[in-house]
Amino acid sequence: MIQSLGALFSYSFLVRALVVGSLVALCAALLGVSLVLKRYSMIGDGLSHVGFGALSVAMALNAAPLAVAIPVVILAAFLLLRLSENSKIKGDAAIALISSAALAAGVMVTALSSGLNADVYSYMFGSILSIQQEDVALSIALSAVVLVLFLLFYNKIFAITFDESFAQATGTHARAYSMLIALLTALTIVIGMRIMGTLLISGLIIFPALTAMRVCRSFRAVVICAALVSVACFFLGMLLSYAAATPVGASIVMVHVAAFALFFFIGKARERR
Amino acid sequence: MSALITCKDLALGYETGVAVQGLSFAVHAGDYLCVVGENGSGKSTLIKGLLGLLQPLGGEIRFAGGVTRRQIGYLPQQTPLQKDFPASVLEVVLSGCLGQRGLLPFYSPLDKARAKANMRLLGIDSLTRASYRNLSGGQRQRVLLARALCSAGKLLLLDEPVTGLDPHASDEMYDILEQLNKKQGVTIIMVSHDVAHALRCATQVLHLDETGEVFFGSVAVYRKSALGRLYLRHSQGEGGV
Repeated sequence: MIQSLGALFSYSFLVRALVVGSLVALCAALLGVSLVLKRYSMIGDGLSHVGFGALSVAMALNAAPLAVAIPVVILAAFLLLRLSENSKIKGDAAIALISSAALAAGVMVTALSSGLNADVYSYMFGSILSIQQEDVALSIALSAVVLVLFLLFYNKIFAITFDESFAQATGTHARAYSMLIALLTALTIVIGMRIMGTLLISGLIIFPALTAMRVCRSFRAVVICAALVSVACFFLGMLLSYAAATPVGASIVMVHVAAFALFFFIGKARERR
Repeated sequence: MSALITCKDLALGYETGVAVQGLSFAVHAGDYLCVVGENGSGKSTLIKGLLGLLQPLGGEIRFAGGVTRRQIGYLPQQTPLQKDFPASVLEVVLSGCLGQRGLLPFYSPLDKARAKANMRLLGIDSLTRASYRNLSGGQRQRVLLARALCSAGKLLLLDEPVTGLDPHASDEMYDILEQLNKKQGVTIIMVSHDVAHALRCATQVLHLDETGEVFFGSVAVYRKSALGRLYLRHSQGEGGV
């Protein structure tokens, strides 16, 4: 165990992946609590598919992947929120619509330009090799922004998550804060999807919150527990991936599944007592 | 005595059409106003108008007597997603203080003291650390009422406060409101379709009708009016009383 840990830290690309990944795991867990409780769980899924579409287009055009993906995903996040707030197509349907359209567009663009190659495969299922040196600085900066904003607006985020109409009535700009959460989610997803993969990044948002909610009774406890669970599962998932030579995104999500099952039974046992 | 809220020839509505118009009424300090009417008569629209979430299409809403739009303690209807929301009672009550915080990010000791005082007032101080999702319907309403009192101590606006409560809990709710009104001098505006019980302790009635007919006056006059007699008989027949 100690030996494999030591080996893990001896590769610089692994260290980069660990730093970026654990920061993304932390941000995703914090934002996930609010998204899950507001019934916006599928937003992460929709946005990651849009991210895949954007990355494919960037690759076909030989443009910098993040420079294209970040603005496109942010735009999609705003669009999804507006759609789920006021439209004839209801929230979940709107997300499913945009998500499959963007995925299809991404696959089409790639198939027509370079063909489905290893790069596309790594975008779909994630790869720790995809984190470059310059990504590390950007990821640290973005994670810091997410953490600081979340901390500063913690009480307001609680208020609009719990009761949007009351928050609005007392003068909180609920819509502005919803937009802020969507923006931060978009950034987290764009950074995280290259490690986790398009198809699995939403697990990083949904699982920690749901796991923490099995046992915690207050909002603050759920937030803290989700953050700890998320980072712990990320490291265990990386170890599993390294030891069993499995794809990293899938390994992390499987550890999350195990954690969820564990907390579920702890919660049940507590109820019975 | 001066009016806290005066509505003059008020018209409210959405892009799709006008929901209420020609509405004139006043709420004085210490009043207990009950807003009644069928579904679709514009009660919810009036709430949005009073809270400033909807701009009037015509007429005006004037606040006076040391009360502003922000100083309305609002008790909204419970939403389905609150059913399994992991939040402690204290967290929920404290969030009522948020309106006065402005851009300051954290609660002050004063806020915490006010939250505790309001919880004591409503008899839920033993539940401080309990989880909101494990409470009964009546306890939840008390928690939300304590939150409303934290956001404004003088004027409460309640949207269907007894919906979903069993008869015992809804009686308790009415008792609490009566005490707040009589002993603490809290002005109350309550929207309800449970007219027979709601009128028990109200002093004024505002009746909105789908046809656009409006009654505003004291409970005694309302009981004798044609509109009031018709509506009271109708809703009692429905309730099987």
